Amino acid sequence: MIEFKDVTKTFNTKQGTVHAVQDVNLKIEDGHIYGIVGYSGAGKSTLVRMLNGLETPTSGSVDIDGVEITGLGAAKLREERQKIGMIFQHFNLLWSRTVLQNIMFPLEIAGLSKADAQKKAEHLADLVGLAGREAAYPSELSGGQKQRVGIARALANDPQILLSDEATSALDPQTTDEVLDLLLSINEKLHLTIILITHEMHVIRKIADHVAVMENGKIVEQGPVLDVFKRPQQAVTKRFVNEEVTPSLDETTVVVDQLIKKYPQGAIVKLTFHGDQAQLPIVSEVLKKYDLDLNIIEGGIHQTQEGAIGSLYIQLNGERDQLDGGLAYLKKLRVETEVLNRE
Amino acid sequence: MNDQGLGSYFQFSNVDWGNMLSATWETVWLTVGSMIVVAILGIALGLLLFETTNSHNFLVRALNWIVSLFVNVFRSIPFIILIVLLLPITQKIVGTIIGPRAALPSLIISAAPFYARMVELAFHELDHGVIEAAESMGATRWQIIRKVLLPESMPALVSGITVTTISLIGYTAMAGAIGAGGLGNLAYQDGFQSNNNAITLVATVIIVIIVFIFQFIGDIAVRHIDKRVN
Repeated sequence: MIEFKDVTKTFNTKQGTVHAVQDVNLKIEDGHIYGIVGYSGAGKSTLVRMLNGLETPTSGSVDIDGVEITGLGAAKLREERQKIGMIFQHFNLLWSRTVLQNIMFPLEIAGLSKADAQKKAEHLADLVGLAGREAAYPSELSGGQKQRVGIARALANDPQILLSDEATSALDPQTTDEVLDLLLSINEKLHLTIILITHEMHVIRKIADHVAVMENGKIVEQGPVLDVFKRPQQAVTKRFVNEEVTPSLDETTVVVDQLIKKYPQGAIVKLTFHGDQAQLPIVSEVLKKYDLDLNIIEGGIHQTQEGAIGSLYIQLNGERDQLDGGLAYLKKLRVETEVLNRE
Repeated sequence: MNDQGLGSYFQFSNVDWGNMLSATWETVWLTVGSMIVVAILGIALGLLLFETTNSHNFLVRALNWIVSLFVNVFRSIPFIILIVLLLPITQKIVGTIIGPRAALPSLIISAAPFYARMVELAFHELDHGVIEAAESMGATRWQIIRKVLLPESMPALVSGITVTTISLIGYTAMAGAIGAGGLGNLAYQDGFQSNNNAITLVATVIIVIIVFIFQFIGDIAVRHIDKRVN
């Protein structure tokens, strides 16, 4: 288990004191995929780098399985670092080495014999889907392939923890999904804890089971991914969730404005369905029961690690009391109903 | 018998080819010998400068300052003055101030700081992320130097030593003029002072050829080492 206790990090710069991380308390259970999301400068990287001692907290402590990382001497810290793999946004491969030699690099550091290191590296290249490319140099690989080398290299010393620092941010959407699938399968196969930093909610939704949202060095919200998606509390979280659920909100606004003009008495409603609800004919039931008309604005279903979330933006039109009844009925069915506009 | 006009450049009958060959040989071994020492010393000094930059430790910062000052001072002294300045030291170390061996200390002392700065620059130009990655794997400082800094900056180190070697060839000629032997000595003594322009011309051509050969070897080596582009 990983535990951050009252962790604070301040930098003294010419412009004054910067609080990169403030009073962070966080527990991460073994085997989880824990996402840390935030905009750049929120302190995510600094926080995660404390796990392998690349950064040291100004105050507070960071424990991994009861070992306090902050209190380790240089030699012990290096030993501990070998149990923590790390992958990076820009891959950070050695361009002077081939794929296989890059994967062997951490094994050389750990002092493995060349033959053993080579054997293990070949196995890892196979695991990440790079069989046949062992002799290529990084400059000959695509971004996705480079990150696969990064992942194989990070796994070389059989770590218990894998840190991912914006590992998919330099990749295109399809490659991102491939790399995320690889991380997920590694998490299942090797049972290691993955901590991933990202500014994309998509990454969190796709593979994380828990998430912490950071802003200005603080964790403002944390919990299971589904809960945070369902009921975002903080403004910054809502922004992240909305970016993911309705990526084209700008275009939607135009449609909504037109509908309001056309049917001024109607109500613009956002419905959120969870799990099984997403598969029931709830909306049509309401329409029939209260004699309402419907305009669909936008909708979608998103799969998270714990279940589906559906969101639907609609306009309901009808008699005033029928409309009230319909909205009340939706609430009764435990569909999250948010009235966005009603005269 | 010696023509003083432009035709004098082509009186090759005056050239003692045996002397020319031995002078060429002296220049080549002076260059290669000092190049090897300069490469080792320059990389060591460059590493020291790189590793001691931005340290929080006062003693380390002081060391950086001293090495930096040493490098800057010796890089600034014109070579011809440095030779004269170092004459007593050369006498102490080598036992003589005449001949190719006597030129070595001043050649090395003037070129090593020059190369050290290039080495330091090459290390600074490396992507810091790669060093961080090695740190995150638990690499020691020495492992990072041996397995990251040196191999990853090798093209820059090789092209740096090529440039340094070419200026070393120029220095050997200058050193030759004050008695260190080699083609510079030949061009000055047998060419200029004996009014034998053909000898000066031939010596010049040979030096140019030597420079071209070193440049060619350096370029081939860099192309072979550099895997960043395909």
